[in-house]
Amino acid sequence: MLTIKQRDAEGITILDLSGRITIGQGSAQFRETIRQLMEQGRNRLLLNFADVSYVDSSGIGELVSAYTTLNNQGGQLKLLNLPKRIKDLLRITKLLTVFETFDDEAAALRSFQ
Amino acid sequence: MQQRKPTVGLTIASDFHFVELAEIVTKHVAELVGFDEDAAGWISMAVREAVINAIKHGNKQDRNKPVEIEFSFNADTITIQVMDRGEGFDLADVPDPLDPENLLKPSGRGIFYIRSFMDEVHFSSRPGGGTIVSMVRRKSRKEGEKKDADH
Repeated sequence: MLTIKQRDAEGITILDLSGRITIGQGSAQFRETIRQLMEQGRNRLLLNFADVSYVDSSGIGELVSAYTTLNNQGGQLKLLNLPKRIKDLLRITKLLTVFETFDDEAAALRSFQ
Repeated sequence: MQQRKPTVGLTIASDFHFVELAEIVTKHVAELVGFDEDAAGWISMAVREAVINAIKHGNKQDRNKPVEIEFSFNADTITIQVMDRGEGFDLADVPDPLDPENLLKPSGRGIFYIRSFMDEVHFSSRPGGGTIVSMVRRKSRKEGEKKDADH
């Protein structure tokens, strides 16, 4: 079960994610949210993982997919408050070298300027 | 090595709805036989990825084909086998997700994660058709040593 709440700050869309991004519903819901935001022209996204309890390889795949789609269209996707376990999943697949990650929301927002 | 004793088995239909059940059962079994919560979490994630592969690539989401999960253990190890009824695959055809040209591909990380979280992983063909993924994790492993070794 994944819950996604949307906030806006300084032209940047912040998604507060809560729950699991795993194969099936969680991954599909995440993908659909990103698609809708891009349709609305919102292409500067900050994903807040503070309350994400679990991500599997399917969820990691959705993150990568969102990152490349946004990048190809001149947008940006950055990650905030990654729990250690999820950071480990990104690190061992060398994806921490790809994603910009932050532990401080204000610093993350400033980085978009 | 001490002889393994089969103790717990779980059979699910090839439906992603049951993946979480396999994950939860694995975590409980691992904790029950003495792995700490962190290690049990990684073991259950390896099994989760193996079960997803069995459903998706092995049984091709045919609900009539089961995925069987068997747990056995001795004093230091837990061994888990995930078995499907698919046509099998050639490990050599699985791309390396760390290869720069694959880094941004949305799929292809499952087997890599399984190998990272477990100490031994073997793939074999099942008599009569199907793949067996056999995974071993030792209690004596220093947490993070294999994950960090890849770094």
